[in-house]
Order: sequence, then C-alpha cells, then structure tokens
Amino acid sequence: MLLNIKDLHVSIGGKEILKGFNLGVNKGEVHAIMGPNGTGKSTLAAAITGREGYEVEKGTIEYKGEIINDQAPDERANNGIFLSFQYPVEIPGVSMTNFMRTALNAQREHQGLDPVPASEFLKLMEANKKLVDIHSKLTNRSVNEGFSGGEKKKNEIFQMAMLQPQLAVLDETDSGLDIDALKVVARGVNALRSENNGFVVITHYQRLLDYIVPDFVHVMYDGRIVKSGTKGLAHELEEKGYDWITQQLDYKTV
Amino acid sequence: MEEEKRKNDVLEEVTSSEYKYGFVTDIETEHAPKGLNEDIIRYISAKKNEPEWMLEFRLKAYRHWLTLEEPDWALVDYPKIDFNDIIYYAAPKKKKELESLDQVDPELIDTFNKLGISLEEQKRLSGVAVDAVIDSVSVKTTFQDTLAKHDIIFCAMSEAVQNHPELVRKHLASVVPYTDNYYAALNTAVFSDGSFCYIPKGVRCPVELSTYFRINAANTGQFERTLIVAEEGSYVSYLEGCTAPQRDENQLHAAIVEIVAMADAEVKYSTVQNWYPGNKEGKGGIYNFVTKRGICKGDRSKISWTQVETGSAVTWKYPSCILKGDDSIGEFYSVAVTNNFQQADTGTKMIHLGKNSKSTIISKGISAGKSNNTYRGLVQISKKAENSRNFSQCDSLLLGDQCGAHTFPYINTSNETSIVEHEATTSKISEDQLFYCQQRGVDTEKAIGLIVNGYAKEVLNKLPMEFAVEAQKLLAITLEGSVG
Repeated sequence: MLLNIKDLHVSIGGKEILKGFNLGVNKGEVHAIMGPNGTGKSTLAAAITGREGYEVEKGTIEYKGEIINDQAPDERANNGIFLSFQYPVEIPGVSMTNFMRTALNAQREHQGLDPVPASEFLKLMEANKKLVDIHSKLTNRSVNEGFSGGEKKKNEIFQMAMLQPQLAVLDETDSGLDIDALKVVARGVNALRSENNGFVVITHYQRLLDYIVPDFVHVMYDGRIVKSGTKGLAHELEEKGYDWITQQLDYKTV
Repeated sequence: MEEEKRKNDVLEEVTSSEYKYGFVTDIETEHAPKGLNEDIIRYISAKKNEPEWMLEFRLKAYRHWLTLEEPDWALVDYPKIDFNDIIYYAAPKKKKELESLDQVDPELIDTFNKLGISLEEQKRLSGVAVDAVIDSVSVKTTFQDTLAKHDIIFCAMSEAVQNHPELVRKHLASVVPYTDNYYAALNTAVFSDGSFCYIPKGVRCPVELSTYFRINAANTGQFERTLIVAEEGSYVSYLEGCTAPQRDENQLHAAIVEIVAMADAEVKYSTVQNWYPGNKEGKGGIYNFVTKRGICKGDRSKISWTQVETGSAVTWKYPSCILKGDDSIGEFYSVAVTNNFQQADTGTKMIHLGKNSKSTIISKGISAGKSNNTYRGLVQISKKAENSRNFSQCDSLLLGDQCGAHTFPYINTSNETSIVEHEATTSKISEDQLFYCQQRGVDTEKAIGLIVNGYAKEVLNKLPMEFAVEAQKLLAITLEGSVG
C-alpha cells in the first residue's frame, strides 16, 4: 500500500481536529476526500506532509511501508510526497526557475544523483509548462508573485509535473478556478496519473471530480471519514447536499 | 513549544556560522606606542616622509578633534572608547622596497590566500587591480602597467602624497572636511594609508579597481583614507573588501572615503564589509565608524554606492552623495545583515543641489539573533534643485523574534517642483514560506538562504560579478540564476 493512515488523531494548539482518521491508498488509485468546511480536510493534508504545529497525538501515517510520523517535511517531499497548496505562497525575489531547480536538485541529491544538467532542466521546464498552459514569462517571475488565482493553481500542478511525486495531495485545487482553468488543471493531473502513483484529491465541490474521475470518494465530517463509496457518491452529495449525511450523524451523537 | 524551539535552533545555526577570516598572521610589525598626541601624529607623518603641509593639516584636524564630543545619536550602544589605549600606527616591517610580488613577505602572501584573494590569481584571471592595505600601510598594488597605459593613477595614499602632491592637495578633504564629524577629524589626524585613484578625462578604466583592507596587529586602530577622482567623462568601478582577525577586544576602524565626479563622469563604489563581528556572546569585534561621501561635481555625473554589510560589532556608516551638478545621479544600494549582538546604524544622505538631479535608495536590512539593525537616511532637496527626484525603499527582514529593525528616514524639501517617494516594509520570514520550500524538498537551511537571497536580490544584482559571488556566499546563500 502506498499510503496507509490508521486511527490518526491530530491536534493544533491542543485542539483535536482529526479524531481517528483511516485511509488506505494503493498505487494507481485516486481518492477524493469531500466534506463541509471545518471538518479537518486541510489538516489531513498538513499531517500527511508533516507541517509544523500539527501534532500527531495517536495513530500512524505509513508511506511505502514506513511509518513517517516523525519525518521532516523536506524528507517526506524528497521521498515522493507532494502537496498542491490551497493557498500557494509568494517568495519575492526568487525566480520560479531557480526555485524549481533548487527543488529538483534537492530531490536528486536525496536520490544520490548529480544536479540536473542545464539543458535537460530547460527541456523539462518547457515540456511541463505546455502541459498546464503556463506562459514562459511566469517562470521568470518570482515564485507566485503577482500570479492570478488560476495561475497559482496551474503553477502548483506544473511543480507536481516537474517533481513527479508518487503520492500527490491536492488541497482544494479547484477553489477559485473558472471552468477553463479547472479543465487545464485536471488535464495536468490526468496526464500524471499512472499505475505507479496515487492521488488524494481534497475538494468541497463535486465539480472537479467530473474532470478528475476518482476511484473512491470519502466523505469527511468532524475529523474522520463517515462514508465511503465510488464516484456515484459524489453525485449523490451534489444532489442532496452535505446535510444529508451530517444530519444523520449529528442525530446519532445527540 | 518544541517545534518553535527547533525552528529557532535551525535559524540560529544558519545565521551563526563561524567567522572564517579570524586568523592572525605572524608578520613582524613595527608600531607606534599606544596613545594619541601631537608627537604620535608627527611620528606617523615622519614615517610617511610627508611634506610640511600634510603634517600641518593633520595637526589642525587633531586640535579640532580635541574640541569635539563623541557622537551618541546613533542607535548603537557600546562602552566608551579610550582613545589613548589604541595604537595608531602599525606596519609590516619592510626589508626593502618591493619591486614585484615575489618580494612580498611569504606570510603576507599566505594571508591573502587565506582571504581568498591570491594577488597573483586576481591579477591574471579577473583583471582586477588590487591594492592591499594591512594594518596601516598599503603593501602592494598590482596591475600598474595596464593602468599606466591609460594614465590612470592607482596607488597607496602615502605614495600619492609623494608623487602627486598637487592632486592630493586639491581634492583631499574637499568632500569630507576634517570639521565634518568626530571620526572624520580623528581620521584626518592619524590616517596612515589607503588608496588613491585618479581617472583622467575621458578614460574608461578597463579593469575593476579593488582595495582589500585587513587589520592584523592587536590593539591597533585602522584609519585608512581613500580618495577617488574621476575627471570629465571618465568611468571607474571600485571594489572594497575588508576582514580582521578574531580577537576578544574591540578594535576601532574609522575610515574616510571621498569621491569626486566631474561632468559626465561615473563612479561605482562597491563594498563587501566583513570585519570581525565579535563572537556569539557579543565579545570583541570591530567598531566600524566610517565616513563615505561623494560629490557629483559636474553636470550629468553619477555616483553609485553598493554595500553588503555583514561584519563589525558596531557599524556607523552613511555613504552619501552631494548632487551638485545639474542632471546628476546618486544611488545607494545596501544589504545590511546583523546577527548575534551586532549593531548597525547605516544608511545614506542624498543632498540635491543641482537641477533635475535624481537619487535612488534601496536599503535591505536583515536582522537575526539579538542584533539591532537601523536604517537612517536623509533626502535633502535644496531650493535650487528644481525637478529633482528621489525614490527610497527601505525594507527590513526579521529572522527570529529577539532582533530589532528600525527605520529613520529624514526628508527635507525646499523645492516644490521636486518629487520624493518613500516606501518601507518590515517582514518576517514566514512559516508559510519555509514550509512551502520544505514541501518541495528544500531543507530549512537552504530555504532560509533562498528566501534571504531573494529578498536581497535587487541589491546583490548591482554588485560586480566577482563581489556578487562573495556576497551571496556571505549571506549563506545558494547560487541563483545560472540557468534561465
């Protein structure tokens, strides 16, 4: 199994957000995580990628057979875990080109490889820019600085294409995208889907899943998965709304 | 919290790498006795075999200095300096006049190699003419032949006094008079050497001129004096680097740099200041009290200061431009990094006198540890400076939460047709930025380097290539831009 999360409890500043979360992702699978706001979807993304301040109180995150609870974020990244950020960060003065080269070389160093030769790097950049319709101009600019919302999200997928992760977590990649940008992003993701990698697609809306078709859909509520199914579940949610599930649950817990 | 502590540890580790230039070279020196009085000044002047007018000039400055109080308006804090506990003249003992590098003391050559400035290599490869000042005297100036072909004078100040007295008399103290300030008066009284540079009319200096300053002897102050004169239509790019041994006591460095740019002349002055900053507890380090000023004397002349300040325990320095000529241009680009217990109060003055004169100020302060970093700048537009323009941008970046950043911009406008713009920002390296880099596989140390490099890029880009590399290394930075 590529990713195996068992009974995960995660708290931020003493407040428990994930409360016994379980998820298994095999290679070649796309899992969609849906759910209303404030149920812990982004916390899940942060926990998988090892963000500081997200305390694992209990349970395990297993990646490629190894428990990574205590692994540093950069080590997880270099082992093939990628996060497409909901809010990509601006880094003034650092060009996208330089940023990407630094990241790629960090990965290669981790694998015991020499830095990427300049010509090969440039070819790779060009090919992946085309994949997500990114203007050449953008890569000369500073990381995410002055990028529109759509450009930022495309840029995340571009970076994913450059780094070729084995496990990609997409955190609300569809938020703030118009339909054209959404299609471009989905095209990028679909081009990268293979038998060797897995995706966890976090989204609030079913819309994205028309373009990135998931193998499994999970509904998250109050820090855990409360319902799982295939892509049909997403459509059902679209029709009936989250209340359909949450009301049943709240009723039970009262 | 645990994470917070770990992050701070990493920040500390990154920002507190050891000072690499802290070695002492065992060179035989001869030096004056400690203390400051008229006899010491006469001693220095005699050592330099100076003409009477020079000695008189020094004594006048000294007598004026005696009437002055040490300035205390800067945002820096250090114990009172005992000016009688300092040696004002120290020189590597010369066996005989040096004709070529082969005759330079091998210990000296070794010092330069440790500094990463092999004079031989520099000479051959980079085409940079180097003047090296150890303690109080200039030891060797390279590249004389090439410069002579263009009638460019680049020599030790003491040589210039001997060989070009008319030029020295005309320009010395014409930009920074001894009455200017406390340390200018002190420097004028006791300065022992420095570089003199003269670019004749219409000559574009074919190589970068460079001076390396090194304090070596203990208990010694360094008081060098640099004078650059660029005649009409000439151009020169001048680089200055400095290091010092690691010592527990503080050492005083009080230099003066003067630049004169005539009509259509351009002078670009770049500094990488890396004096010993003291240890992690704030013990030792150089007091760097320097007066740097240039005058754009002629129309359309241009003076550009670029500085990367990483060293010294206390820095007090405001490279300035007097924009006298019409359409003249003054620029100041600065990156000042303070760490541990370092204190820097630095900035610039742009004095607009000529019509249509323009100035640009870009200042990037980076503070870490328990340090304090202050930008202090003056933009003055005089009555006659019609249509003058200034743009100032002062940014501060904080690493950690125990350091300070301060900005004191003074603007003084007496002409309504002028435009003065000022922008200032203060930011911290955000956790978001760090995590973003880490998530892409870049470790914290490299991530900080990357972010700091990006932050300072606007200024680093202004440095000549040879220096940019050194500066980037100094900022603990990974190289940027060799692709794309």
